[in-house]
Amino acid sequence: MPLIKSVRGVGHRVVDSVWRLGVASRFLALTLMQSGVSFRRFQLIVKEMFASGVMSLIIIGVAGLFVGMVLGLQGFETLKRYGSESALGSLVALSLVRELGPVLAALLFASRAGSAMTAEIGLMKATEQIAAMEMMAVSPVARVIAPRFWAGVFSMPLLAALFSAMGVFGGYVVGVVMIGVDEGSFWSQMQSSVDFRDDIINGVIKSFVFGVAVTVIALFEGFDAPPTAEGVSGATTRTVVESSLAILMLDFILTAFMFRGV
Amino acid sequence: MSEQALVEIRDVNFSYDQRPVLKGINMSFGKGKVIAVMGGSGCGKTTLFRLIGGALRPTRGEVRIDGKVIHDLDDKGLYEMRRKMGVLFQFGALFTDMSVFDNVAFQMREHTDLPEEIIHDLVMMKLHAVGLRGTHHLMPAELSGGMARRVALARTIALDPMLILYDEPFAGLDPISLSVVGQLIRRLNDALGTTSVVVTHDVQESLKIVDYVYFISDGVIRAEGTPDEIRASDDPFVHQFVHGEMDGPLPFHYPAATTYAQDMGVTD
Repeated sequence: MPLIKSVRGVGHRVVDSVWRLGVASRFLALTLMQSGVSFRRFQLIVKEMFASGVMSLIIIGVAGLFVGMVLGLQGFETLKRYGSESALGSLVALSLVRELGPVLAALLFASRAGSAMTAEIGLMKATEQIAAMEMMAVSPVARVIAPRFWAGVFSMPLLAALFSAMGVFGGYVVGVVMIGVDEGSFWSQMQSSVDFRDDIINGVIKSFVFGVAVTVIALFEGFDAPPTAEGVSGATTRTVVESSLAILMLDFILTAFMFRGV
Repeated sequence: MSEQALVEIRDVNFSYDQRPVLKGINMSFGKGKVIAVMGGSGCGKTTLFRLIGGALRPTRGEVRIDGKVIHDLDDKGLYEMRRKMGVLFQFGALFTDMSVFDNVAFQMREHTDLPEEIIHDLVMMKLHAVGLRGTHHLMPAELSGGMARRVALARTIALDPMLILYDEPFAGLDPISLSVVGQLIRRLNDALGTTSVVVTHDVQESLKIVDYVYFISDGVIRAEGTPDEIRASDDPFVHQFVHGEMDGPLPFHYPAATTYAQDMGVTD
């Protein structure tokens, strides 16, 4: 009966996944309910923003620069065929603001800050720091989880904006400075084609949603990790995998809603 | 034990899934006393420790602290009770992202509205009490195991608790640190007028500092008494434990389905 066994195995996995999704949702609800302390003592969020946001600046900035440079090169080659090199600014900016900025910044954030959050929380659990906090009558969700959650949510749109800005600069360097596209048309085309509401605000909404998803996954995996070396390493891997898939899936859903007919 | 008991454990049973860990435990910890709960690994000491802290709920029986059944308290009541308790974890459980000073100040900042100048003075007093005032600026990673345990002790007494729980406070310490931690447990208990429960398997050090000892084995209390009574006990279990004998009521060999000779192929 290997067929029944494998069907049963798939069933178990589905039930387990749904159960975990429910527990993660409850975890998010608990985090939101216990966020009062984080806002009353805003320095807790600021401290975590330094760890997750500021410490990710270099990787986000450098990655954005190179993605913009590649877009500049590839875009120029394609647009040249149609004699529309002057639209390079539009192509670079729209690609970055609508898609690549929020998505790639979120993927990098998940790998850099998300994995670090999971490992930190998992190790705090393994070394009984979370239990110690509980025994001191301090809620770990309010004191450890909520500040990190809001730090991730606030950092993500800022990092995505930085990614896009650096990307536009990279496209400018390759397109205008190195290849010789007209500077005036590069900027004016960009200015006329990028809409604040449809493009920039939608990009910010996307990065905000990605920020919520990545941070919740990272914190939940850390909090739920078995308190062993193997448990923490498994949780860290799951954070990166689940966050990446969640970002791409959510991106499709959000894009389908946001850019119909734009 | 004492007329004025701070902790009363009555007929406590606890099981993990179907496996019974504690079976009908009765204990009483008097105010101002230092009590040791001893036993081998896996005997249910840590489970008992967690039951007293309200982290677990007994399957039967009750744990009363200061007259209140701890596992019947709601979250608010449990947190209020925990503010009056201090817990020293096995390896200190210091917050690794905070300095020694911030670790000790943690509860003061979380639970009181004291100004920073007062918190500074209180933290220095607590650190001075454990002999580590000079380490206030260090991070936990810069401390030795014994020093980390002493800082954790300073953090435990930060709000002058009425009850302090120690989970294996002597584990992994060198003889000097071990003796220092032992002396501190006794001295701080007497100075603060608190009640201390030391869960440990370090017999010799514990017998030097405690007022009363409970021995647990297989989830039941096998023996109890003052350190002198324990030392003089002729109970085979206590004798084996106190003298660290290899074989006895706790056998050296794990039970096997076949004999040694059968396993070696000497007989059928």
